Amino acid sequence: MDWVNTIVQGVLLGGLYAMFATGLSLMFGIMRLVNIAHGDFIVLASYLALVVVTSLGLSPLISLVIVVPLMFVIGYVLQRYLLNKTLGDDILPPLLVTFGMSIILQNVLLEVFSADSQKLSAGDLDIASINVSDQLSVGVMPLIVFISGVAIVGGLQFLFYKTELGRAFRATSDDQDTARLMGVNNSHIFALAMAIAMAVVAIAGVFLAMRTNFDPTVGPARLLYGFEAVIIGGLGSLWGTLAGGIILGVAQAVGAQIDPGWQIMTGHIVFLVILIFRPRGLFPRSVD
Amino acid sequence: MSRLKIQNLTAGYGDFQALFGIDLELNVKETVAIIGSNGAGKSTFMRSIAGLLKNAPDAVQFKGENIGDLPANKVVEKGIALVPEGRRLFPSLSVEENLLMGAYSKRKGPWNLNRIYELFPILKEKRNNPGTALSGGQQQMVAIGRALMSNPELLLCDEISLGLAPTTVKDIYKAFPAIQEDGTTVLVVEQDINQAMAVSDRIYCFQEGRVSLEGKPGEVSKDDIKAAYFGM
Repeated sequence: MDWVNTIVQGVLLGGLYAMFATGLSLMFGIMRLVNIAHGDFIVLASYLALVVVTSLGLSPLISLVIVVPLMFVIGYVLQRYLLNKTLGDDILPPLLVTFGMSIILQNVLLEVFSADSQKLSAGDLDIASINVSDQLSVGVMPLIVFISGVAIVGGLQFLFYKTELGRAFRATSDDQDTARLMGVNNSHIFALAMAIAMAVVAIAGVFLAMRTNFDPTVGPARLLYGFEAVIIGGLGSLWGTLAGGIILGVAQAVGAQIDPGWQIMTGHIVFLVILIFRPRGLFPRSVD
Repeated sequence: MSRLKIQNLTAGYGDFQALFGIDLELNVKETVAIIGSNGAGKSTFMRSIAGLLKNAPDAVQFKGENIGDLPANKVVEKGIALVPEGRRLFPSLSVEENLLMGAYSKRKGPWNLNRIYELFPILKEKRNNPGTALSGGQQQMVAIGRALMSNPELLLCDEISLGLAPTTVKDIYKAFPAIQEDGTTVLVVEQDINQAMAVSDRIYCFQEGRVSLEGKPGEVSKDDIKAAYFGM
């Protein structure tokens, strides 16, 4: 039963990793933008939630009502007035600019909030659980996170494949010049895509802050998990990204079960093995 | 009445200049063809009108308004649609989604999905297929249909017969009277001189980025065209 429990906890953790990865997948899928500062934006959202919770006395889950729109606006402005200027045939400028943003964000957070570790308490939710059997119980908070991850992926899938905006996203991703000929304002579409990605980042950041301790330097590790989930799942595939997050979560949980020191390494090993045998990931976009 | 007026249009890519002071005029309901050899600047000319290359504001006048410096997404809102060379369908979109993308600008007019399917019935059968899985001729129909979905007053067609079988080209050009019926002015770029002569009211020949000949199909001789086309 220990192993069943391990797998279940891994799957639930995968929901959070999928959220880390979905924003990355969106940015790369639509704009071909690799955002090195992605993990730091997740941490920024965690700190914004911390500010909202401590200053307004709201519960962390309610803080989403403020943090998500705020990150949406930050994403739109950032893409429209900065990152759009770096996009082109050369992939280096956006890499350098987002790398710079990563350093700036970490240092600003360090300056403002210090290096002390923080955590958001969800009160009773932190310890609430559902007993599935005598030997297996599922935490309510991890379950909420997992369901949110699935809902986000499902919602984005609907947006992408069933709405006019999603069609414009896909068309612009395919061929920017031809999309312009249809009347699409690429700068606005890219900014909207980044805004949506940042809204997902905001949710991931708040859940991260509720699930574990965070400080200004934990962003790069979240970026790495996000990258791994995206690549395991296959570039450009949203359901693949969810699957990638779950595989990574289960791998880490299994590693931790074998030996607590192996948790992170096991995730990296599984990532490398999948990369060797399926370099395009398990569910690349063409299979969608 | 003039619908499109091009004055002293110069365009290029970086240091390379492709067009040198082009002057051209199109009247309402007229079909004009541009012919010329490879590298004459025909596609650059079309891309300039469509807003993919920036020009001086008054280099392109549409219905009396200067639009030379507008980006492509604003040009289509004004009523100009381009069927680009090579069709350029969106590979991740189905046939119907490609057509619907043409209506993104929300311009009002006679064209909608049903009318496109009446014009090209095969597209209705294949509407859920990926656009790029169709034959070359069918892809060209999608590209034309997609441009029409923006309800243009000026339709720019760049090399629509390129790489297609003669019978397919004939089928595609059969759709032109229905397009012109609603008052749409058409500007086509064609390498097939006979086809250009057959469909147009006037022709322009481009050579090395300049207009080398202008006239009505019945009034220009083969020798005139040969001289203008090859610079002989």
